[in-house]
Amino acid sequence: MSAKSEDMNGHSSSEIVASDRESTPASTSHEADPIADPGLHHPPPRLTDVDPKAERRAERQVAGMFSLASILLVLSIVAYIVFEIAPDDPDDGVSVGDVQISNFTLGITLGLATLLIGLGAVQWARALMKSPELVHERHELRSDDNIREAALADFETGTEETGFGRRKMIRNSLLGSLALLPLPAVVLLRDLGPANGPSPVDAKETTIWSEGVRVVTDVTFQPIRAADLELGQLVNAMPETFEDLPDHGPERINARAKVPVMVIRMAPEELHVAEGRENWHVDGIVAYSKICTHVGCPISLYERTTHHMLCPCHQSTFDLADAGKVIFGPATRSLPQLPLAVDGEGYLIAQSDFHEPVGPTYWER
Amino acid sequence: MKSPSSRPAGRRSRLSRALSSRRRHPLAAIAVLVAVLFTCGGAYAALAPSASVSTDAASSTQIDDGKKLFAVGCASCHGLGGEGIVKEDGTVLGPSLIGVGAAAVDFQVGTGRMPMAAPNAQAERKPVAYNDEQIAALSAYVASLAPGPDVPDEEDVDPSAGDVARGGELFRANCAQCHNTTGQGGALSMGQYAPSLTGVSPKHIYEAMITGPQAMPVFNDETIPAQDKQDIIAFLKSVEEEPNPGGLGIGRAGPVAEGLWAWLIGIGVLIGMATWIVTRSSKS
Amino acid sequence: MSAIVNGAGKVVDFVDERITASNWLKRNIRKVFPDHWSFLLGEIALFSFILILLSGVFLTLWFKPSMAHIVYDGAYTPLRGTGMSEAYASTLELSFEVRGGLLMRQVHHWGALVFLAAMSAHMLRVFFTGAFRKPREMNWLVGVTLLFLGVATGFTGYSLPDDLLSGTGLRIIEGGMLAIPVVGTYLSWLLFGGEYPGDDIVSRLYPLHILLFPGLIILLVTVHLMLLWYQKHTHWGGSGKTNKNVVGAPFWPVYVFKAGGFQFIVFGVIILMAATIQINPVWFWGPYDPAVVSAGTQPDWYVGFLDGALRVMPPWEPEIFGYPLTLSVLIPAIILPGLILTPLALYPWIEQYATGDRREHHVLDRPRNQPVRTGIGVAFITFYLQLWIAGGNDFFATVLDIPVNWITRFIQFGLIVLTPLSFWVTKRICIGLQRRDRDTLLHGRETGVIMVSPSGEFSELHEPLDPHSAYDLAFRERQLPIDPGPATDANGVPNPSYKANRRRARLSRFYFGDVVQKPTAEELEAAQHHELERGDRQQELTSGQQ
Repeated sequence: MSAKSEDMNGHSSSEIVASDRESTPASTSHEADPIADPGLHHPPPRLTDVDPKAERRAERQVAGMFSLASILLVLSIVAYIVFEIAPDDPDDGVSVGDVQISNFTLGITLGLATLLIGLGAVQWARALMKSPELVHERHELRSDDNIREAALADFETGTEETGFGRRKMIRNSLLGSLALLPLPAVVLLRDLGPANGPSPVDAKETTIWSEGVRVVTDVTFQPIRAADLELGQLVNAMPETFEDLPDHGPERINARAKVPVMVIRMAPEELHVAEGRENWHVDGIVAYSKICTHVGCPISLYERTTHHMLCPCHQSTFDLADAGKVIFGPATRSLPQLPLAVDGEGYLIAQSDFHEPVGPTYWER
Repeated sequence: MKSPSSRPAGRRSRLSRALSSRRRHPLAAIAVLVAVLFTCGGAYAALAPSASVSTDAASSTQIDDGKKLFAVGCASCHGLGGEGIVKEDGTVLGPSLIGVGAAAVDFQVGTGRMPMAAPNAQAERKPVAYNDEQIAALSAYVASLAPGPDVPDEEDVDPSAGDVARGGELFRANCAQCHNTTGQGGALSMGQYAPSLTGVSPKHIYEAMITGPQAMPVFNDETIPAQDKQDIIAFLKSVEEEPNPGGLGIGRAGPVAEGLWAWLIGIGVLIGMATWIVTRSSKS
Repeated sequence: MSAIVNGAGKVVDFVDERITASNWLKRNIRKVFPDHWSFLLGEIALFSFILILLSGVFLTLWFKPSMAHIVYDGAYTPLRGTGMSEAYASTLELSFEVRGGLLMRQVHHWGALVFLAAMSAHMLRVFFTGAFRKPREMNWLVGVTLLFLGVATGFTGYSLPDDLLSGTGLRIIEGGMLAIPVVGTYLSWLLFGGEYPGDDIVSRLYPLHILLFPGLIILLVTVHLMLLWYQKHTHWGGSGKTNKNVVGAPFWPVYVFKAGGFQFIVFGVIILMAATIQINPVWFWGPYDPAVVSAGTQPDWYVGFLDGALRVMPPWEPEIFGYPLTLSVLIPAIILPGLILTPLALYPWIEQYATGDRREHHVLDRPRNQPVRTGIGVAFITFYLQLWIAGGNDFFATVLDIPVNWITRFIQFGLIVLTPLSFWVTKRICIGLQRRDRDTLLHGRETGVIMVSPSGEFSELHEPLDPHSAYDLAFRERQLPIDPGPATDANGVPNPSYKANRRRARLSRFYFGDVVQKPTAEELEAAQHHELERGDRQQELTSGQQ
């Protein structure tokens, strides 16, 4: 091996590069190196190469790591059995502390075991393996010119044999059918979307809010009496009709992604009522869609003192005292407002559905 | 800070600068405490020995004591009668306290938010400046100005009487948007923030919901009944006490913190290992 | 020992007599692999991917990719009675009812974060050292595709547990799709099986996450490694290490043991992280509910830059022919990834065009010796990091106690100003380092010993370099900008390709106009002569003092 590496060092890099330069005129150029290549720098021998004691020590080290790994692997099985996580009585539920212990003991034993196997293998190679540093020659990756020409000629012969150039009719009909092949594959994906029901655009334009639907609290579904709301109050609310939607199937969760509103009471004098919305609030009680007009996160980070509504996803900020206008961030549209009224019993109801689609902008909007 | 002997005047000015701009610094809390003790507490101690305060609810002596405390510690911003002070340029020095009720005072003073060191966008939680009797006296006084939410009873805020799962649902629907999923807190607009709820007493959580301190909206008992609030408290206390089964919690802060750890610990340690692998073992 | 060889011999016999294996083995078993820590970054990616596959198979045995609604009655009491999907419930089951299930979940997630980080670091290494140059452009393309597939696999996995964070991530994807002109509304309709979120998306992402994407990754990793094997690894140039050879340890045994060992080390480190650091505690986030969001909603780190871009975009939404064009979403969510991936994929050819260099390169560049390329790389990192910080601006606002709006404004400004500034600064630093290298070559190493001549002149004593260090420093190409040639030939006939040549020459000057060339042999000789004279003078001085 060493003979070979010396052989390689015989080539000075300037020779190699000079021949390169002739083949391709390039802007960057290697010229004769200003300093001659002194040849490969061989590092001094390792301690384990010259000192038998050090060699034995390294051997013990590596064997120790592998043995310790075996012990840890056995311990991991012990940990699996000893540190149960199933509760004695299923009604009690799991103890999170038990899970913590199980996760920690299993992970530490398995992790250390694999780590030690790895460290041992590497240390074996680093300290004990006698392999020399090798020098291999690289060959230009380009094939020989003759072979390139021969390959191309073979391809030409084959192409000639098909008559691809002459038989235009079958060629073109084949290309035509191949071009159509992907179409059925795309068409087959049509039924990814539901076959029946409203079109995507229609679905975006309506929600289950409508005239006279009571506004109820989220989670608990209690109707909200206008008189019960204090200044600065925030209620995360839903339409009363939501509760009747079936638990199973997409209808309920799809509604949840569209209809949630936040109901807020502020002093009527703080409210800048937009034109045409004069009767949309009830004594300073307003309702806005919770679905951000940027990319649709449900927002209700309401700051009572500033009337700002912040989206935690991308920090679009809306001013709820001013028709839900965007005052900061990437959202382009105001939050849709739900026109409110009170029914005979003093409960908040919707005057109608939203007057614009909720959520992010879409093309057909 | 390294040359304490040089100029006491300079040190004072540094302190006041620290007060105005670095209020969340740990030292600031101590500085505020010291300042408060000197300006209000000290004055109060001279006026009325604390032992005389009775624990009876809203006795007239308690209201009187509260009024005195208020005049010394609070009136400079909230006005002598708690009516609030609005400066000529329209900025509110201190809002009106008429009708905020005992709960608001108990929360603001009991969590150390009041008295504030200086008018500021948001009051910080810091060491409490008054003792329990003084807080009760202040609450009684403010409650006497006009009716408002009262301090909740002990049994209304007992976490052990709440339903954790239901509280979790209510918390995620009404609170998590600002305080994060387990009450870690989070950023709001323009430098405001929702504080962490870890270590906040059940009573104060309840009071915050009914009074809406700082930027927080109000969640009164009509829309979130007392039982629901108790469930929320039960959930918060449950997650607070729950260990992190996966190991270090890294703040339960989610993907950004996790990404930092993956780069710093994961890639960091593995590059260290790679450097070791390619070096030869020790030379002779 | 001989038993092993005999045993192996029997296997080789069997295989060889069927596929002539010895022929291949003889040529390859002692294949040379050069050693450098930065060559192991790709291995970290490979090994963490293997660990992800192993832990992922474990997870599939319990996970149910279903959005069917159930009321939880499992072991984790704080969520009992809560409505959720089967996917989320089975994730809870894995975490709290399967011993080692939480560990495997955490191994899988930490592994994924490390996998993508290692791929990114590996790609940066390849970029900064010029290892993408001919003949490795194909492998660079494979690498870019792998990075894309890695992000896609990661994101689909993030979406599967159907917790509050993952669902919010999907909602943002829906918003991004809606911004696509003309077809956006329908694309989203097809993906979600109707209105958002529907009850299909988890079961649709599942085969992508566990079959299609990882399958493609395995395929491309195989291609990646075959190309690497065939073309041989690059190495750092220097004495005895040239463009025509490769120097290092043999595949069998040293490389097998080192790489094999490193595989277990990567496994070990990730498993230890999973044992001690909690990741994605979905039981705290709660089940997905499209009416609910939490503060601190961020994606995993590798999608963070896209989320950051969404956060810092100005609210632009022009109308075209009466239709809204939501640039504030379209640019960061759809255009930006293309704007990053396309030049990234094409970079080897861009640089080839600019430098006119079509030769094979097996010796790596020191980053300082390519000031413009290094500058471009650092500018990209600056750009990317700012977007990444923007993606966690609420997190950083809380941790650093600064208003989140300031961070957004600062980054809007920084993307435009800091990005080119970082290019310029990096380029200047590289050129400064080149100048120092040249000085060291010409005048030797500074010793820190200051001499005073009798005339009171101060000078520092320089020690000549040893031949190996001097050669290593001088081992690089002389980079000269392309000359566009004359606009007309000798007969006054205009050169038709002059304009193209000039364009190219300009780009080439951008790359190489400012580089500091290594000294020529003559310059070196002159300098050495000068140093010798000075040394003699100093010697005389010292002997005079004695």
